[in-house]
Amino acid sequence: MTESIVNSKPFQWTARFLARFGLSGKGLVIAVPTLWLLVFFLIPFIVVLKISFAEAMIARPPYSKLVQGTESGFALNFSFLSYQYLVEDGLYLAAYGSSLRIAFFSTIFALLVGYPMAYFIARSSGRWRNILLMLVIMPFWTSFLLRVYAWIGILKGNGYINNLLMSIGIINEPLVMMQTDFAVYIGIVYTYLPFMILPLYANLVKLDGSLLEASSDLGARPFTTFLTVTLPLSLPGMLAGCMLVFIPVVGEFVIPALLGGPDTNMIGRVLWDEFFRNRDWPTASAVAIIMLLVLVLPIMLLQKAQDGQNRSETL
Amino acid sequence: MTKRFRFLPIATFLGFAFLYIPIIVLVVFSFNKSKLVTVWGGFSTHWYGELLQDPQILGAAWISLRIAFISASLALVLGTLAAFVLTRLGRFWFKPMLSGMTAAPLVMPEVITGLSLLLLFVAMESMFGWPAGRGFTTIVIAHTTFCLAYVAVVVQSRLSDIDESIEEAARDLGAKPVRVFFDITLPTIAPALMSGWLLSFTLSLDDLVIASFVSGPGASTLPMVIFSKVRLGVSPEINALASLMIGVVALGVGLAAWQLLKSPRTKPVE
Repeated sequence: MTESIVNSKPFQWTARFLARFGLSGKGLVIAVPTLWLLVFFLIPFIVVLKISFAEAMIARPPYSKLVQGTESGFALNFSFLSYQYLVEDGLYLAAYGSSLRIAFFSTIFALLVGYPMAYFIARSSGRWRNILLMLVIMPFWTSFLLRVYAWIGILKGNGYINNLLMSIGIINEPLVMMQTDFAVYIGIVYTYLPFMILPLYANLVKLDGSLLEASSDLGARPFTTFLTVTLPLSLPGMLAGCMLVFIPVVGEFVIPALLGGPDTNMIGRVLWDEFFRNRDWPTASAVAIIMLLVLVLPIMLLQKAQDGQNRSETL
Repeated sequence: MTKRFRFLPIATFLGFAFLYIPIIVLVVFSFNKSKLVTVWGGFSTHWYGELLQDPQILGAAWISLRIAFISASLALVLGTLAAFVLTRLGRFWFKPMLSGMTAAPLVMPEVITGLSLLLLFVAMESMFGWPAGRGFTTIVIAHTTFCLAYVAVVVQSRLSDIDESIEEAARDLGAKPVRVFFDITLPTIAPALMSGWLLSFTLSLDDLVIASFVSGPGASTLPMVIFSKVRLGVSPEINALASLMIGVVALGVGLAAWQLLKSPRTKPVE
């Protein structure tokens, strides 16, 4: 069938037509995804950068023009107002701070919960390993929004936990769990756990069993073997998992919006409100640019961790 | 030795309990008769009936399904091309950039992706007059872009796993590159294409943040409707909807698992 496509007249005509413009099949194959990503991924960031230097005004679109035609030619109107606003208003800095703090601690919690699971799955045998792995992947396929929603019913004042504890008689007053940082941590660890487990598993499953044997033959106790052999060898997996959790959590919007309280100030939520409520596009853009700058280092670490994973694969 | 091996299964069990108890509770209480979601009032499928008569949810679901289908299909083509370019076509000067651009949408916070695409669409509209307004088309473009990255990752790992010597043999026997791709590469990576498409479909169906930014009047997706309802509190109708969606996924994953366990020689595709 393919042969008939390749040999068909239209196919040959198209190929000859493209070749006239110096586009070989190979060039075209490279050009299509590159152009798409250039236009819809890279250029948007340049637009964001541009608008972050504009001033908010009541117009359509609601920001000032950077280059303005005047009587004597052009005038460049770069405004640092949005950035100045970010630095002077304590709210933004506090939001960056608390986003980083929440992302940091939830990454640690996810690591503490995920590491034993990844280790156990990597050590278990054939069929079980596949089943457990499937169980880790399955939440990926279920709606993120609905999984966060499930926790509202569990944590709220007249929710399942409070109803259960009060009917047993352990507590008389319902515990306040919803709209707190506690609920946000639970939500984040819950939804991002698979992102931690999978890279850790991919790393631990390749761990050479003979190294562990050698260690125990030389008299190391299991825990010592774990600390001195397993843990250092799994560092690339840990780094990859941690960054896969940390980076998106810094900009998380849904979880703080649904589970957090009015004082849960995460930067993703601030950006959302700045855009949808205040309709201040330049400030929202400046918030995004600073967030990107904050995330450059973690993204580079992730790249490094993944290179490390790949290198250990080829070794 | 024994001590550690007792700790591990317990920790793993608790971890899985943490992952699955909320989902199980959600499904069980979707069959609750009472309007109070958290108090059991007897078994009933009442809320499923309500759900199927809610025009707002049904309309949004239809929009979301169409967007997901088109985005997943576009992302499959573009993502496979990107993966092929990165694994099979050797070096070219902007390869590191392309590799970075295909991987970055995976970790980029959604608020940034959403905001940047919206600002692009607005700028494009004032410059070229396209896209005129925002809605269905702009959501499809946005979803295609981030789903493309997922397809590329899945296909890339499959492409670097398979034996290149068969492709070489075909080339040596005189097959043109296009023919090698369609007759040999494509059938070999078919399972990865399937899971890439399905993953994209699910991600598109689930996206709230990016769609909210690039959507316009008249194009409210299912997550947008769910979010606005959920903000007002828990509702048994949403529980029913969630259970339906989870049921479909469980069925799909169950079938895949059954296939996998039936033929233990094939490698699991993630």
